[in-house]
Amino acid sequence: MGIALESRVTAPQLPSQPAYGDNQTGTNLPPRAGSLNGVIVPEQPGKNAIEVRGVRKVFGTGENQVAALDTVSVSIRENEFFTLLGPSGCGKTTLLRLIAGFDFPTAGEILLHGQDIAPLPPFKRPVNTVFQSYALFPHMTVAENIGFGLEMLGKPKAEIEARVAQMLKLVKMEQLKARRTSQISGGQQQRVALARALAPQPKVLLLDEPLSALDYKLRKEMQIELKRLQHETGITFIFVTHDQEEALTMSDRIAVMSAGKILQVGTPRDIYDRPAERFVADFIGETNFLAGTVVSKKPGVATVKFASNATIAAGYPEGFDPTGEVTLVVRPEHADLVPDPAKGTIAGTLSNIVYFGTDTHYHVKLDGGGENFIVRHQNSRSSPVTYETGAKVGIQFEEDAARVLKD
Amino acid sequence: MAEPRTIDIKDQPGFRSIAIICLLVLYIPVLILMIFSLNSGSLVTHWEGVTLGWYGSALRNAEFHNAARNTLIISVTATIVSTICATLAAIGMTRVKPWRGLAAAFMVINLPLMVPEIITAVATLSFFALIAGTFGLNFGIGNLILAHTVFCIPFAYMPIRARLEDMDLTLEYAAADLYATPWNAFKRITLPLLVPGIMSGAALAFIVSFDDFTITQLVAGPGQTTLPLYIWNQIRRPMTPEINAISTILLLVSILFVSVSFLIARRRAK
Repeated sequence: MGIALESRVTAPQLPSQPAYGDNQTGTNLPPRAGSLNGVIVPEQPGKNAIEVRGVRKVFGTGENQVAALDTVSVSIRENEFFTLLGPSGCGKTTLLRLIAGFDFPTAGEILLHGQDIAPLPPFKRPVNTVFQSYALFPHMTVAENIGFGLEMLGKPKAEIEARVAQMLKLVKMEQLKARRTSQISGGQQQRVALARALAPQPKVLLLDEPLSALDYKLRKEMQIELKRLQHETGITFIFVTHDQEEALTMSDRIAVMSAGKILQVGTPRDIYDRPAERFVADFIGETNFLAGTVVSKKPGVATVKFASNATIAAGYPEGFDPTGEVTLVVRPEHADLVPDPAKGTIAGTLSNIVYFGTDTHYHVKLDGGGENFIVRHQNSRSSPVTYETGAKVGIQFEEDAARVLKD
Repeated sequence: MAEPRTIDIKDQPGFRSIAIICLLVLYIPVLILMIFSLNSGSLVTHWEGVTLGWYGSALRNAEFHNAARNTLIISVTATIVSTICATLAAIGMTRVKPWRGLAAAFMVINLPLMVPEIITAVATLSFFALIAGTFGLNFGIGNLILAHTVFCIPFAYMPIRARLEDMDLTLEYAAADLYATPWNAFKRITLPLLVPGIMSGAALAFIVSFDDFTITQLVAGPGQTTLPLYIWNQIRRPMTPEINAISTILLLVSILFVSVSFLIARRRAK
């Protein structure tokens, strides 16, 4: 997993407050020529493009009521690539539909640049959508599809033509502008759908799992393409996906959702390295969970004791007071094996070794019982030690590897 | 996607012979009817030679002209009115929030398909008689147009509704998302995509009205003879191949109509 998109400059930081104050507006586009070395630093908040305030959405009536969204609040900044991530049925598409105007919230407000748009019909919102199924108009050509929004806005013909030409160039579809949308491939349809949604220069672009119908290679290409488009147009993108890898590689910030609630909002690094809840840790990447007891704590760091009496320093989420029995989360790549069980923080027996090419996963059956602990080791030409299944091993943790979960 | 079908119907025992028998029973009588329209003799059962004379006399026949004119006036008007009603009904029943009585409305629209036609015919006749008796109103050929329109609606409704239900609703969301007002979205997206459905609905309504006999026979007043009624009247006299010629003309008109609407629907669907 992880293609080379994670190249944005991220200031080294502790799990504390982002550096508010020296705020630049989020609208200044860094100069670039298709380069992906973007320099948007998400920790510097710009103005908010979208503010969702206490939005509830209930479907059905009486006993059949289902809350698809349970009092959700989130702010999405200008010029941000923001991802709503979660399993199907978590409410992410419902939230997107509320922002687009295809549905109306049961309660709460949706502000677009400070103005409440929740009661407006979709055709009055300066927000455009890229649909999962693309929803291209089959009776129109590629160019007619792209020009549709501008036409509906009553723009003069010359302006529409110029803008359509510009959009065709942006998504590299100039050759196919006279084609019917049924005569082009899935990847090309995807580009047309993007161009069509971008042509009216919306304030916010909504993308509803737009890559899920593409095959693996094309999806990777489109991920890069989407990032490029977002940088070049400077439009706020709200991207819905259930694919955690996609979310991590593309987003400036991610909101992880489950059962109609937003569990955590943060940069990909925040979400991956400092998950606040078990669900977030479990949903994103591979994770080990360990049980322990808090023995002492100072601000931000708790000392947790394992059954083996070994202790470890573990960070914990802000606004949470860990006491007693807690669950710790450790990423498989933040731990390493040592041949001598006594030298490890915890110890166990190697039960399985899985070779992945780039790395190897060691499954360790811990002495204290419980789930297998997985250690991921990057393969290299000069691995000093080799391990055999059945061997007794110790597990060491990198500094800051363990975190207490809000359970 | 549909599962790949592995059973070849041609391998089923008896398929070929049953199919051939069915085709023969269906089409041999029609074929004989068409062949005898070319008979130079004056009997429809005894072949004497080839002539196009019966077509000539049919086309010169004033009664036939009159019947054809009546039929066209009634069928075309009934087709247009019923197709418009059916389109509006189909949109009102698929593109709005579910409303109370939706299922009932669906039943009412489709009832004419289930009620025996003779019942509808008698009911319609009594209805018009009542109106004529109570209010002294008689719409003349309008009575027939009204009756045809009503029983054509379900035939026009079915394909239009099917097309609307097949249509991807996301397209309409996409139009609204791209600043199309509900009316613009209908005009630019829904209606153009609905055209094949409307065409096949109209074709079906036209065919049903064009060859209706039962209701027309009961409701028609003097001088309101349609083609099926004309043929019926001719059969009660000694039959000549002129009837065959007229029937063949009717058949060709029907085939032409169905083919055209089929071709349009296919081109649109591509």
